[in-house]
Amino acid sequence: MANQATVDLIHLVSSGAKVSEYAGQTRVVVPADVLFVVMERLKKQRGFDLLVDVTCVDYLHYRDATDRFGLVYLLASTESNERLTVRVFLNEPDLVVPSVVALWAGADWFERETWDMFGVTFSGHPDHRRILMPDDFTAFPLRKDYPLQGRGERHNFPVLGRAES
Amino acid sequence: MPLTPAITTHDIAHDEPQDYLWTLNFGPQHPATHTTLRLVLKLDGERVVEAMPDIGYLHSGFEKIGESLNFNQYVTVTDRMNYISPMANNVAWHGAVERLLGLELPSRCQYIRTIICELARISDHLLCNGAVGLDTGAFTFFMYAFNQREAIYDIFETLCGARFTNSYTRVGGLMYDITPLVVEKIRKFCKEFPKTLDDMERLLNRNRIFVDRTKGVGVLSKAEATNRSATGPIARASGVTRDLRKDDPYLAYKDFDFKVCCATSGDCFARYLVRMSEMRESLRIVEQAIENIPAGPVNVAVGERTALPTKRQVYSTIEGTITHFELSMANRGFETPNEESYFAIEAPNGELGFYVVGDGTDVAYRARCRPPSYIHFSLFPYLIRGHTLSDIVAVLGSLNIIAAELDR
Repeated sequence: MANQATVDLIHLVSSGAKVSEYAGQTRVVVPADVLFVVMERLKKQRGFDLLVDVTCVDYLHYRDATDRFGLVYLLASTESNERLTVRVFLNEPDLVVPSVVALWAGADWFERETWDMFGVTFSGHPDHRRILMPDDFTAFPLRKDYPLQGRGERHNFPVLGRAES
Repeated sequence: MPLTPAITTHDIAHDEPQDYLWTLNFGPQHPATHTTLRLVLKLDGERVVEAMPDIGYLHSGFEKIGESLNFNQYVTVTDRMNYISPMANNVAWHGAVERLLGLELPSRCQYIRTIICELARISDHLLCNGAVGLDTGAFTFFMYAFNQREAIYDIFETLCGARFTNSYTRVGGLMYDITPLVVEKIRKFCKEFPKTLDDMERLLNRNRIFVDRTKGVGVLSKAEATNRSATGPIARASGVTRDLRKDDPYLAYKDFDFKVCCATSGDCFARYLVRMSEMRESLRIVEQAIENIPAGPVNVAVGERTALPTKRQVYSTIEGTITHFELSMANRGFETPNEESYFAIEAPNGELGFYVVGDGTDVAYRARCRPPSYIHFSLFPYLIRGHTLSDIVAVLGSLNIIAAELDR
């Protein structure tokens, strides 16, 4: 459950932010263009010093969904133990959000994984590469239009001999 | 494939020729990495100038699999994430599902889950500290630790039939209730374990070789720990007092008296000490919980339609029969709200959370795991910089990287 002051702060920065609650968790949806400002103010003014997780959900087949991708930023404060979920919705072809590595160094690998799995670009990320999949992989495996068993990458994998390695 | 160096580690200017720097490949198959991960090291003599982690060797798409297996089937996959303490993963996963469904567990189930979580923590810390000891030359210590891990495996085997991949929890309950034999074994363990722990502390706490190899190595400051999203014993060894068992109590933790173990120096030795003292606190929780397990059912009521009813309920009540039918049929199962929620537990390694999105069916639309090993491995290049090659095993061991959880 987030503090009322936190919700007020978000409304101050972005008047159109939607606040909802489920199972004792407060979620706010902010537009992508104010994401960095909201995050910066949340960190500096509300003490959200711990970035718990950054992930994404692909709403391609989701009932009544209007947006394709929903980014999830889970924030926590180590002092007050307040938690907050910040959501950003994105649609193709504009899958770019500002990176928050400048605010939390821990965002580095989270954002790389989100890029690797969903193809969401984090502008300003210092090391924007794939992390779990091979560098020459072309698809984004956690998207809903990617089949569970893959597209044959597994069987057509180049095998390196000792001489070429 | 070419590995471009991380720009975050911009100590070396890459356009200048660096003839004196050695490039060394460490892993992916190396006895000291313990798991399958690769490091590309830039060495100046014996000093590590830069470490570039290359991960993904064990990536098996666990999160993708979570979108096609139902909530009870997926628990077998969570076993294989952090396979050192599978019970904690089971509890985290089903805790997340139950939060999504809005289920309140019976107190007997909460107590049993608390006990198995704490036993898993002891087992995980024993392995982690044992491996640090092994890598820094203390083989006997490792054997002491593994002997007690066997005792915990025996307890788990008696509890659920599986030693290693337990899959013990179910949505809204547990696979089996706890039996008097298990209680007896846990009591025996509680009696015998402190003696081993004393022995282990006597072996290493003042051991000159071990202390020299871990003290002042891989120092993580308090500010950096929070900034880089470290949690669990690694953050606590740096002075962050965050422990979800106290700060955000789940299961039955608010009923027990225990301390949060912290250190301030943030080096490998502090992480070792925090883990050693956490085992004592875990044992205190187990001792308190095992004597006070409430009576009553382990699973949620039949009306919730999530946990399988007992055979007695199936054969003697109509609700039981219907629930059993509904849950067993492939096209039925239970319903979830079109909502999403996050639930985290204080796993042995740090905050282990699941972000679950429900779409009406009993299969998660998205099952995101927040893996502590992944975040802690991203600390590694920062921690090792400037240390020697031999310190790699001490730092890697003290971070407790489990590659199956790292890559998922």
